[in-house]
Amino acid sequence: MEQKTLVLGVIGSDVHAIGNRILDYAFTQAGFKVINIGVMATQEEFIHAAIETNADVLLVSSLYGHGELDCPGLREKCQETGIGNILMYVGGNLVVGKQDFESVKERFLAMGFDRVYPPGTMPETPIADLRKDLGMDLEI
Amino acid sequence: MQAVLLIDFGSTYTKVTIVDLDSEEIIGTARAGTTIETNIMDGLKEALAQIPEPVEGWNFTRKLACSSAAGGLKMIASGLVKELTAEAARRAALGAGARLLQVFSYELTTQDIASIIHAQPDILLLAGGTDGGNKEVLLKNAEMLCGLPTSLPVVIAGNKVVSAQAADILRKRHDPVVVADNVMPELGVLAVESARLAIRDVFFTHIIKAKGLDKAEEFLERIMMPTPAAVLSAAELLAQGHGAERGMGELMIVDVGGATTDVHSIAKGDPSKPSVMRRGLPEPFAKRTVEGDLGMRYSSEALAETAGSRLIDYLGWTEDKVECQLGLCKEDPWRVPQTEEEVKFDVAMGRMAVSLAVDRHVGTIEVVYTPFGATYVQHGKDLTQLPVVIGTGGVLLYNPGASEILRGVVFNPEEPTILKPQKAEFYIDKEYILAAMGLLREVAPLVALRIMKKYVVKL
Repeated sequence: MEQKTLVLGVIGSDVHAIGNRILDYAFTQAGFKVINIGVMATQEEFIHAAIETNADVLLVSSLYGHGELDCPGLREKCQETGIGNILMYVGGNLVVGKQDFESVKERFLAMGFDRVYPPGTMPETPIADLRKDLGMDLEI
Repeated sequence: MQAVLLIDFGSTYTKVTIVDLDSEEIIGTARAGTTIETNIMDGLKEALAQIPEPVEGWNFTRKLACSSAAGGLKMIASGLVKELTAEAARRAALGAGARLLQVFSYELTTQDIASIIHAQPDILLLAGGTDGGNKEVLLKNAEMLCGLPTSLPVVIAGNKVVSAQAADILRKRHDPVVVADNVMPELGVLAVESARLAIRDVFFTHIIKAKGLDKAEEFLERIMMPTPAAVLSAAELLAQGHGAERGMGELMIVDVGGATTDVHSIAKGDPSKPSVMRRGLPEPFAKRTVEGDLGMRYSSEALAETAGSRLIDYLGWTEDKVECQLGLCKEDPWRVPQTEEEVKFDVAMGRMAVSLAVDRHVGTIEVVYTPFGATYVQHGKDLTQLPVVIGTGGVLLYNPGASEILRGVVFNPEEPTILKPQKAEFYIDKEYILAAMGLLREVAPLVALRIMKKYVVKL
């Protein structure tokens, strides 16, 4: 089976590096090729990285509460640059304050993300989802 | 005496340097007009005749040359994303000493092919995709390039998974087609060395002949590299030293020419302050940039336009007076300043060229405000702490205002985000030997280093 490639990064002016390292480790251990663009990543950097590496997924983290400012427009830019169908996952502390997660999830799904994860999600959850979404379980 | 003859076939001048390996001294330097149209040897002989021959005649142990004649090594590069593999390809070509005519990104279009035909490059560099990444762009671009009417040398330095396949496609039309390592094997990893060597190899196996420079090769051993590659090689040697002989440490070389201004930096460029994050592509330790719009003669108009009011303010002249002087430069690219005013004008133009070229070469720093306070983000090289700047090229060597011109490299407190040297000492390549020493490095690196340390003097 061909190794699947994902672009991992912390979007916006967010400098949370530790969670980024943990995700890098967890996804690499799970057999993915991780292209980690690190913290303070712009939307363009996610897209450029995905184009060059022919990535299957964008894995966007946002820990500082400003995800609602940093994430809109990413799907549209992907469409514009020819990778409109790429899978997009987002997770972390996406919004300011304690808000009802269902409404947060709705907002991010509307932005074009395929999956949205609440604070405190363990890497196992998105890994399992990825295997499902990429049809990897079927191939074994 | 062990005399070595070193020749630089330039676009306008053929420069000759003779050194004695035993005494580690320069015996003589001379220059004459390059005669590419008739026989490249004529200009060389004329230059050589200016250096007094010893009674027993010349007995050169080595004869080496570099060349930027007949338009230099003209290249076109292509990659996938402009900021990633296309930028990596650009750096590989510049590092190989090329004159880069154009850089394309994404898939080549029929218009792009038309402009390649028009530009007549000597070599094409084809990149795109990280190893195991995007495959389509390399294959599609290879197909498109088969639409060129004539055969061209092509160097492939893209996704290794499809390199061989792309080469097979290209070989239907082009010869030679050389496969080098990917200029960006992993995202954000720059690996230009293999492509640089491949370009250099094609240069002396194919380009020399195509340009009619092979007539000189009967007399010489070999035209080893493009002139800018020789300068970059000399810069590396001078910075890093050789064996126990120490170099000068990190340095920058600024070469102001008639058509372009080249800047070479041999420096890591790491942040000089704590808690600065680096972003963007990693920088090559030996980095060369070329500014085609910043030159003293052929590009004087473009230079004046880019400098704009800064030039006028610096001179304190009226716009008409500047215009008039520019006209003279344009009329006669060979013009040597006649009056004090003209000398002053050249100083001002040189200063602007140096200042702008170094602005573009060095990195920048910006403040990003995060919820946790201000953070600094650096793109490119921080050269604020760079200790040594060396000037070379016509205007810096022959104009008495050289140090005034060279001060264009200095950090400007009004533009604190541009990371130019703050406290560098200025040196000058007064005998104009850097390219020659890059050549000499190939056969006698220690002597080349010692000669540079002797003849590159403090300003």
